[in-house]
Amino acid sequence: MTTLESISTPKVTRQFLLPSLYAGNARSVMERGVLATASTNWLIVVSGFFEPVFYLLAMGIGLGSFIGNVELPGGQSVPYAAYIAPALLAVAAMNGAIFDSTWNVFFKMNFGRIYDGMLATPLGPFDVALGEIMLALARGFVYACGFLTVMQALGLNLSWSAILALPSVLLIAFAFASFGMGITSYMKTFQQMDWINFILLPMFLLSATFFPISVYPQALQWIIQAMPLWHGVELVRGFTTGMMDSATIWHVLYFAVMIVLGLTLTTRRLKALFLK
Amino acid sequence: MCLVQLWNKCALLLIAFIFVPSPSIPVVKATELVKKYKEFSAVDGISFEIASGESFGFLGPNGAGKSTTMRMIGAVSTRTSGELSVVGLDPNNYGPEIRSQLGVVPQSDNLDTELRVRENLIVYGRYFGLGRSFLSSKADELLEFAQLKDKAKERIDDLSGGMKRRLTIARALINDPRILLLDEPTTGLDPQARHILWDRLFRLKEQGTTLILTTHYMDEAEQLCDRLVVIDKGKIMAEGSPASLIRKYSSREVLELRFGSEHNAKVAKKVDGIGERVEVLPDRILIYSENGEATLKQITDLGLNPLTSLVRRSSLEDVFLRLTGRSLIE
Repeated sequence: MTTLESISTPKVTRQFLLPSLYAGNARSVMERGVLATASTNWLIVVSGFFEPVFYLLAMGIGLGSFIGNVELPGGQSVPYAAYIAPALLAVAAMNGAIFDSTWNVFFKMNFGRIYDGMLATPLGPFDVALGEIMLALARGFVYACGFLTVMQALGLNLSWSAILALPSVLLIAFAFASFGMGITSYMKTFQQMDWINFILLPMFLLSATFFPISVYPQALQWIIQAMPLWHGVELVRGFTTGMMDSATIWHVLYFAVMIVLGLTLTTRRLKALFLK
Repeated sequence: MCLVQLWNKCALLLIAFIFVPSPSIPVVKATELVKKYKEFSAVDGISFEIASGESFGFLGPNGAGKSTTMRMIGAVSTRTSGELSVVGLDPNNYGPEIRSQLGVVPQSDNLDTELRVRENLIVYGRYFGLGRSFLSSKADELLEFAQLKDKAKERIDDLSGGMKRRLTIARALINDPRILLLDEPTTGLDPQARHILWDRLFRLKEQGTTLILTTHYMDEAEQLCDRLVVIDKGKIMAEGSPASLIRKYSSREVLELRFGSEHNAKVAKKVDGIGERVEVLPDRILIYSENGEATLKQITDLGLNPLTSLVRRSSLEDVFLRLTGRSLIE
């Protein structure tokens, strides 16, 4: 009798961190996401895996055969496919995280009213934010594993350190997801949501994804270097090509700061929206 | 095993110690509660107490401040000023702890449309940190309770309005809440669905669950509430049991007369003084009295021939009309 009762009594352990906004049960939010994805959105998940693979085949292998080698900032020369593959990996991490944290969250906030339901339970805004972000991370991780396998098969992982691309991808996804969710909380219409694409597309094309940023004038280089994707691309590329330098640690730090800011923003916004 | 059981007992006792107030302490206590949105006061200094096991209603028109009050009790809205305690805790600081003791049925259903019927119950239970094996049997039990057993695998969008409402209520019971908050539980339902719902709620009340509900339906308040407050423009207008409110603010019976829209006002002057009180509405005249039939006879004796006449028991609607001077459902 007692055992049954113990699991049938709602369990809330007072959290040390943000006790009124966090019930320590972000996992249940993530579980919900996995279940919902499995039954409704799985096609989007699968397409998210193939997108970078197609880019890699078309641009890296196809176009790359006309381009030959690319010279890295450090002076080393790598095949074009090996140059863009890590960038595509970083982009995939970004896109996966952004999709989960913007469109998915936008729908849940404005149409599904899922968060209203969640926040009527012990869950606080921080549980919801963390749970959704963990879902984005889980997806990013699956993509990254798949894509790294493809890279390995095509011989594009030039160093053992390519394995470190996995945690880097998680870091990148975490940063984008935590920020994306906070920004989405300001969006009210589909038109506003388009602004996210408006920012993502140039970032995707220009952040040393397909060519080194040394082709730009200095001022433009600085702008690109302030953008998160450039840090992501450089971080992952350093690991897959085996050409890490002191900049690696700065890239990691950049994302760490982005995560803290993003989580703070998102939790505040959720609190303002749902616990008003 | 023994140790585990002992530990569970200790944990339970601890929870009981923290959360279960002694009978003298109300489960909800509000003192001069205020909620302002910018300059507008949605709730303007209301005080009330709700005892454990009681069925308590907020009755009032749209925009009276009922839902806002419910949101504050549900620890999803912070008050502007005043005091509020729910299960003995301050909602501003103990949101998760309080919400773990509540079941919430919102005004419009917010079921998870990306999940199936039974999944909705299980996933919701997971938000409360409940165990999977427990939830599996609990979900079946609640589907039975909500008469949705054969709909377990359906999509939410394929359910009727009444079924969705029952599922929402079943979902709110997943954690065996001490307090069930129902915001207009039967709005938009057909009469049959309403009666099924009332029956389910009445059973919960019998089991000792504290029910707190808002409604703008008089019959609902009379059916379900032990005690209620009539609230309008963020303030409490009256408080008491449905019967005592009717006694205090109305008469035993009401005579409704229709003379046709043009004649009502003219006739009203003639019937002045008959019964305890006369209320002239655009479409009819209401005469409050202890004996409606006798009053009707007085009217016909005066030579007045209403197009239709109706003697009925006095209801909360009459109370509301008296208190606010206007019809409740606008």
